[in-house]
Amino acid sequence: MKTVYERPKCLKDRHFHYCPGCGHGVIHKLIAEIIDELGIQDRTVGVAPVGCAVFAYWYYDVDFSQAAHGRAPAVATGIKRAKPDSIVFSYQGDGDLAAIGTAEIIHAANRGENITVIFVNNAIYGMTGGQMAPTTLVGQKASTAPYGRNPENEGYPIKVCELLSTLRGTTYLERTAITTPGSIIQTKKAIKKAFQNQLDGKGFSLVEVLSQCPTNWGMKPTDGTKFIKEQMMPVFPLGVYKDLSDEKGGSK
Amino acid sequence: MAKEFIKGNEAIGKAAILAGLDCYFGYPITPQSELPEYLAAEMPKVGKTFLQAESEVAAINMVYGAAGTGIRVMTSSSSPGVSLKLEGISYIAGAELPCVVVNVQRGGPGLGNIAPEQGDYFQATKGGGHGNYRLIVLAPDSGQEMADFTMLAFDLAEKYRNPVMLLADGYLGQMKEAVEFKKPERKTPANDWTIGNKLGKANVITSIDIEPEKLEKHNLNLLAKYNKIKENEVRFEEFMTDDCELFVVAYGITSRVVRSAVELAREKGIKVGMLRPQTLFPFPKDIINKLSEKTKKVLVCELSTGQMVEDVQLSSAPGTDVYFYGRCGGMVPTDIELVEQIEKILEGKGEIFK
Amino acid sequence: MINEKVIMAGFGGQGIMLMGQVLAYAGMLEDKEISWIPSYGPEMRGGTANCNVIVSERKIGSPVISIPDTLIAMNRPSMEKFEESIEKDGILIYNSSLIDIKPKRDDIKVYALDISNTAKDMGNTKIANMIALGSYIKATGVVSKDSVMNALKKMLPERHHDKLPLNEKALEKGMELIS
Repeated sequence: MKTVYERPKCLKDRHFHYCPGCGHGVIHKLIAEIIDELGIQDRTVGVAPVGCAVFAYWYYDVDFSQAAHGRAPAVATGIKRAKPDSIVFSYQGDGDLAAIGTAEIIHAANRGENITVIFVNNAIYGMTGGQMAPTTLVGQKASTAPYGRNPENEGYPIKVCELLSTLRGTTYLERTAITTPGSIIQTKKAIKKAFQNQLDGKGFSLVEVLSQCPTNWGMKPTDGTKFIKEQMMPVFPLGVYKDLSDEKGGSK
Repeated sequence: MAKEFIKGNEAIGKAAILAGLDCYFGYPITPQSELPEYLAAEMPKVGKTFLQAESEVAAINMVYGAAGTGIRVMTSSSSPGVSLKLEGISYIAGAELPCVVVNVQRGGPGLGNIAPEQGDYFQATKGGGHGNYRLIVLAPDSGQEMADFTMLAFDLAEKYRNPVMLLADGYLGQMKEAVEFKKPERKTPANDWTIGNKLGKANVITSIDIEPEKLEKHNLNLLAKYNKIKENEVRFEEFMTDDCELFVVAYGITSRVVRSAVELAREKGIKVGMLRPQTLFPFPKDIINKLSEKTKKVLVCELSTGQMVEDVQLSSAPGTDVYFYGRCGGMVPTDIELVEQIEKILEGKGEIFK
Repeated sequence: MINEKVIMAGFGGQGIMLMGQVLAYAGMLEDKEISWIPSYGPEMRGGTANCNVIVSERKIGSPVISIPDTLIAMNRPSMEKFEESIEKDGILIYNSSLIDIKPKRDDIKVYALDISNTAKDMGNTKIANMIALGSYIKATGVVSKDSVMNALKKMLPERHHDKLPLNEKALEKGMELIS
């Protein structure tokens, strides 16, 4: 018999604790495959956020540091500066990265830290139970926005890729989704490029992945992907927001 | 070795580099900015990393990241900045990482002012941030100890895998004295727990334990470590305590004034001495107990409205009268002022600290 | 036994801090215990600047001086602020070029010296501090002129070493003012 599919080497044999239909499992696996393909398991250091992925290190057979809420880019900076040969990636949700950790992500990006950031945008606080996130859509209901997000009161969703693209320090910014096999392949391509950039010393790369949270959205998983396509994508258009990968030399 | 005429803040920087400081992350705040300024100039010369962070919070979290790799890492700030760092310090203590945090204290609460104060004693010695943790707290009294204790801080941090705080104040940071820099010898620490070192196994730096049983066990392990620190690392200086009828407890810059006051009082024939804690955690309670057994009278002097005095009360022998004299807000008592307090107490007119 | 506590005070730009540091450095070169502590922060900007220097043959207690053995007052607010605190039989050296009042104390030794004008006559107002320091070491004998010159050599960046002869002249001039 021929093996056509295997669990990535750097992914431990352990069931994900994520809810059915959650996007984290897919994104975790993509990262694991990329680490294997690039042959960097021994030098990869992940930084786990506060949020649903707080236990990301349960699943990866690589070094991990678990950061305080929002501080992953600062923690990643510390690791990368201390051990420049390490391949350091942070894995953060929208509350972690775009609310409590806004300062840390902007300044890590602005410094052009040679790290890789995986930003999972599901427009909601998952772990704490469905509260409003900085990326919650206008009108979208959340437990702390029971009548739907009202921009007069809560402002508009933050568009992270657009925001960071104005900073000179950033190298590569792309927004993808995981709603279809095709978009999952595109997401993997983007994440791999974000890792490759770090290997080549090209500086700060971030991939924003639109992901579903059926539990807190109160939807079936299939409706979740529909929500992303119909509701999220118009606000958060997919695409490459910045790519200086070819222009930047490997100096870092 | 020749002495150097150097500012306290810079003495910390120089000592840290001599001790093998690999990375520094910090944020500017008076009255400690000479320290990052010194390191910004000197660290690139020896191929080490200096990074000014976007905030105190980011700085301490960069320390957290770097400390996980087992290198020597430091941050520094002054009172309001240290308040911001407490989140990270709690995580670092919880994850049992070695690092050095310098607090050159200034006036508080709130924005306070930039004059010297010792109002952060509780914050430094009782945890400060959330959870059951302790820092090792070293209290230098001079330029020389700013240097020596910086080197000691790195050793203790590695020995116990615990954050160590150097608790100074605005005067100690700003004053210049003659300092002799020793050549420290670093014992190679075990690094089997670190990340980023290609150890051939995946390590995790974390302070989370979702299961109560495990987190309780972790807390008890921390407690056992703190008890070991209490057993082994108490440091203090006694000054003219042999025949004293009253002794003064003071640390840092205040102890310098007390030293002068003790000398002045002795010239007047008053038998007074000083006990100077060099470690605030662990606190030198045994010696205070022993001395107070004899004198039954203790005066505590601080640049605060009374913080360390509570630890002296807890440490003193039963029946000891614990008196307190403090100045704050940037005011520093004079030696004459302290002699007056000492005389008042010996005449039975002192006020016992409530 | 030397245990000399001096407060040096003036306005920003008079080189008060440097004068104090040079004295402390000279003391260190003579293997004495020393401390130098500045007034720091906003009060340094525009207002008065002062520093406390102790040169001693025993371990220094408080670096903060409450009763100075000597006060060097380079401007009027400084004399008004610190004259009262001088130790009985202590020394007051004041810059009579800029201070148009007389000291109140009669239990101290007073040197009214035309420091700023002397500096002007020498062609450089910036060396007033070294004139004051020269008169101070002559009046107290705390450190030698050679030590002060050695300290200056160590403290001044090499690109300023061409100014050493002028500084030495200023020190000597200051010493001459004490008679």
